[in-house]
Amino acid sequence: MEALAISLVNAVPLLAGVPLWTVTLLLMVAVAAVILVFALTFEGVGSLVLRKVAGDIQARIGPNRVGPNGMLQFLADGVKLVLKEDIIPANADRLLFKLAPYFVFVGSFAAFVVVPFGVGLIAADLNIGIYYVMAVTSLVVIGVLLAGWASNNKWALLGGMRAAAQIVSYEIPVGMALIPAVLIAGSLSLQDIVRSQGGLLGIFGWNLFHNPFTFFSFFLYFTAAQAETNQTPFDLPEAESELVSGYNVEYSGIRFGLFFLAEFGDMFIVAALATACFLGGWNVPFFHVGTLPWIWGNLLSLGVFLTKAFAMVLIMMWVRWTLPRLRVDQLMRMSWKYLVPLTFVNLLGVSLWLLVFRGKGIPGMIASLFG
Amino acid sequence: MLVEYATVLVFIVLGAVTVALMLGLQRWFAPSAPSAVKLSTYECGEVPYGSSWVQFNIRFYVVALIFIIFDVEVALLYPWAVVFQRLGFLAFIEAFIFIVILLAGLAYLWKEGDLEWVRTLQDTPAKKGAK
Repeated sequence: MEALAISLVNAVPLLAGVPLWTVTLLLMVAVAAVILVFALTFEGVGSLVLRKVAGDIQARIGPNRVGPNGMLQFLADGVKLVLKEDIIPANADRLLFKLAPYFVFVGSFAAFVVVPFGVGLIAADLNIGIYYVMAVTSLVVIGVLLAGWASNNKWALLGGMRAAAQIVSYEIPVGMALIPAVLIAGSLSLQDIVRSQGGLLGIFGWNLFHNPFTFFSFFLYFTAAQAETNQTPFDLPEAESELVSGYNVEYSGIRFGLFFLAEFGDMFIVAALATACFLGGWNVPFFHVGTLPWIWGNLLSLGVFLTKAFAMVLIMMWVRWTLPRLRVDQLMRMSWKYLVPLTFVNLLGVSLWLLVFRGKGIPGMIASLFG
Repeated sequence: MLVEYATVLVFIVLGAVTVALMLGLQRWFAPSAPSAVKLSTYECGEVPYGSSWVQFNIRFYVVALIFIIFDVEVALLYPWAVVFQRLGFLAFIEAFIFIVILLAGLAYLWKEGDLEWVRTLQDTPAKKGAK
């Protein structure tokens, strides 16, 4: 970002007298604002697509009144949520009740900092990228717990506790299933991980096809991440039929809406991580994006990245509306008795593979066989 | 390098400001007509019975304990993964020993029944020993 600011100061004579840190700060705010607009748009459109997909899968129409084919439904929902009365229960812990949406929303938005949208399109390429995502998305748990506790409502308390237990249980498989990508790239930075899947092997350069263990760890990650974002086979925290709505029962108006925005934000983060770590990120098959002029290379890689990430989001929605909900004990068994041991054994498998074959994957070996 | 982290700070501040703005919009536009019934806690239409800050299942506490042990370990494995290809065989052996010890811990928890969500008194180790 600083390098960009320096080149901007050199290019625009008007900025010559302005201190460098001001330009850098303004640039950061501009980038953050662009990503915020993207995130909010995705969250809005995502809520519409979710209901449309649900409609298609359940053989009904879904929202179809506002705008052509119901396309503007999400705007109407946003306006409606802002116009609703803000009710804080008299018995609630007012401070914590008000604090909870901040944690949930900021936790999900801050993860967008390291999403590698394209060759040069990343807000900040932190050298601890994956680590950072795991850390800030954990803020969501705190927000959910606060919301459940502060509401002073039995459903909310149970929902909040369940959500916390579920999210922390599945955080371990999620973390372990992402390690293979770090092992192969030898770096925690998401840009380095994406670059390590480039080259001229096309889609076979992806970590997904690197070796049988990485193939398996993608599915482990996807399953665990589905649970981390409280998607349906694992949506016990909100189980409408038994907990009415879980931790957000007492929330109304836009305060309630913020929890939903954050949920869709998390969905995108999960899809983006899966894309970056296993599906080749912004790499265009059989082609070096870096050789193109700056603007075209970035546009092309942005398109490729978003296509993959949106496809992942659609698959998550498909799974969400296809599978029935688990029971609490089944949910915990799934995490601790199946996913955790499997991810551990899988990690040993990947590291052994890298050791024996000196970091080469199956496609790489086949390619070197043919020269 | 530190400049990169300033971006993180900008994101966090902007996120918080967005939340505050949305709440401000609501305060500006939304009606406000509180009444005692409206402000009471929702309990399926009944009058709320007592406080909700009650004792809850001890299982949540056990899950949190197990989580902390395993999460620290995941945090430890990330730096290991970064340097793994440079260190080679030695790193593999060390991680292998580390993971086997933790899996032994998991096996112990499994045997003690701490991974079961639904437990009856008959399942607890003390009762098993008494029989």
